[in-house]
Amino acid sequence: MSEEETPTKVGSTRRTVLKAGATTTLAAGTPLPALLGEAPASAAAAATATSPVEVSLTVNGVARPCTVEPRVTLLDALRERLGLTGTKKGCDRGECGACTVLVDGRRIKSCLTLAVMQQGKEITTVEGLARGDRLHPVQAAFVREDGLQCGFCTPGQIMSAVALIGEGHTRSDDEIREWMSGNLCRCSCYPNIVAAVREAAKEMS
Amino acid sequence: MRAFAYTPADSPEAAVRLAAEPQARYIAGGTDLLNLMKDGVQQHDRLIDINNLPLREITVSEDRVRLGALARMSDVAGHPGVRRRLPLLSQALLAGASPQVRNMASIGGNLLQRTRCWYFRDSTMPCNKREPGSGCSALEGLNRWHAVLGGSDRCIAVHPSDLAVALTALDATVTTLSAQGPRSIPVREFYLSPGDTPDRETVLRPGELITGLDVPATDRSAESRYLKVRDRATFEFAVVSVAAVVAVRHGVVRQASLAFGGVAPRPWRSPEAEQALIGRPLHAATVAAAGRALVRGAIPREHNGFKIPLVQRALADVLDGFGGRR
Ligand SMILES: Cc1cc2nc3c(=O)[nH]c(=O)nc-3n(C[C@H](O)[C@H](O)[C@H](O)COP(=O)(O)OP(=O)(O)OC[C@H]3O[C@@H](n4cnc5c(N)ncnc54)[C@H](O)[C@@H]3O)c2cc1C
Ligand code: SF4
Ligand code: FES
Ligand code: FES
Repeated sequence: MSEEETPTKVGSTRRTVLKAGATTTLAAGTPLPALLGEAPASAAAAATATSPVEVSLTVNGVARPCTVEPRVTLLDALRERLGLTGTKKGCDRGECGACTVLVDGRRIKSCLTLAVMQQGKEITTVEGLARGDRLHPVQAAFVREDGLQCGFCTPGQIMSAVALIGEGHTRSDDEIREWMSGNLCRCSCYPNIVAAVREAAKEMS
Repeated sequence: MRAFAYTPADSPEAAVRLAAEPQARYIAGGTDLLNLMKDGVQQHDRLIDINNLPLREITVSEDRVRLGALARMSDVAGHPGVRRRLPLLSQALLAGASPQVRNMASIGGNLLQRTRCWYFRDSTMPCNKREPGSGCSALEGLNRWHAVLGGSDRCIAVHPSDLAVALTALDATVTTLSAQGPRSIPVREFYLSPGDTPDRETVLRPGELITGLDVPATDRSAESRYLKVRDRATFEFAVVSVAAVVAVRHGVVRQASLAFGGVAPRPWRSPEAEQALIGRPLHAATVAAAGRALVRGAIPREHNGFKIPLVQRALADVLDGFGGRR
């Protein structure tokens, strides 16, 4: 990160910082072969059984056929195969919530499930929330309440918030905090995130 | 993650047949298994997807609650019948993981999740559980999270499940299916002590499928509570936890069923602590005696000695909720 960090000190834009952050996260968290879905060099396992399979994922209302190895997570399939990079990879271990998407209306962590397991389900990602130029009320509330700094956790926060409002866990700020606890924010925008969820819930009720 | 084959099973019998393959493994929610496979802690040639099996039902009847192995943590926790009849179960589930994980994670998978011992999860470190005979890195290493009760000189990992602790206090039964047919196993006999073989964690046979859980819900006079002490307010494993089902009549304890998490390699029962309570009024002296009975024989390691007073205080706090006084 050191090289990319230099420009931030000489007045870089927020976007350069964001890009540097994202690159670092990927490099640290993602073994390249897993991303590319390459067969391992020592392919001890039977080549045919483990080789790529055709799947059709229904994402944001559109059937998206793609070819993945069984070991490809839903998160990697969305980002690397379908080009839907709104869903972020933070920890790849279920701990940060950056990869949150809805499956059949329920929020899940897409890094902890396989793409092959999600066929025939309705998957909603952050790209599927806005209606044309009109932001989803939760997205609009995050902008209005300044619920983000670097923005890396934001798609996951927003997907979690959309589900949480549907679940009805917005009776108090404490309840919002508890039910948003699966989404971490390194920039610690928590007060503004809680405000955004509270305001969006009011608007949507 | 190393490559593997993927096969969905369409019936419990078919799943068990597929699991006869030595390196095959069931996948339910995938929330523990995939982490272990990504970290190279476990490697499997085939994953058998059991999510299409008809094992998701939650049935509340007069004297018991039946949970299908594939019922999700969130569905069980939020089920009105479970909340009414077995609030302890609901509390323990909601104290675990995060809403997203609870939407994915199954009851069966929860019971079989593996320890969070960081040496176990780091495949570069010696660990008897992961690689029998390689040694235990925790004995002389960082062992703040480790067991003070029931460990051995081969392994002092703690079992991470909140659900298993609640089910132990509730005296639930696990139902299974294997090539030898169906059977029932009381949760209290389900987990093994590490002894010389910490790699063996449960009495399940290879390829045995958990089909569900039977939880008695007979005693309407008893009250129950789950207390989980964590390093942060939420979304964290237990440092220590207490599940208690207690009946007090005319100020005297008639029945006490206790289970403890975070202190031992398996959900920990203490018949001695229960005996110290039963037939006595819940006075400060009784509560203190139960706490002392609980930790008799505890072995503190370099960083986890604090758990011994902490679990006693947690017990006292829980008993307070039943009208106990410290
Ligand atoms: C970030 C994070 C935080 C967590 N925090 C907590 C917490 O605070 N408290 C807590 O209790 N848990 C916690 N968990 C653990 C979580 O509850 C478990 O990962 C989950 O319950 C496992 O269920 P699953 O269906 O995803 O199992 P899987 O990952 O699919 O399977 C786990 C194991 O069980 C086996 N298996 C699954 N179902 C069956 C079956 N029916 N029969 C036989 N074998 C089966 C699999 O083969 C595998 O070996 C946390 C997990 C994560 C990722
Ligand atoms: S405590 Fe158990 S799981 Fe942890 S390193 Fe020792 S043997 Fe391995
Ligand atoms: S990437 Fe962190 S929870 Fe999935
Ligand atoms: S806005 Fe930066 S991590 Fe949340």
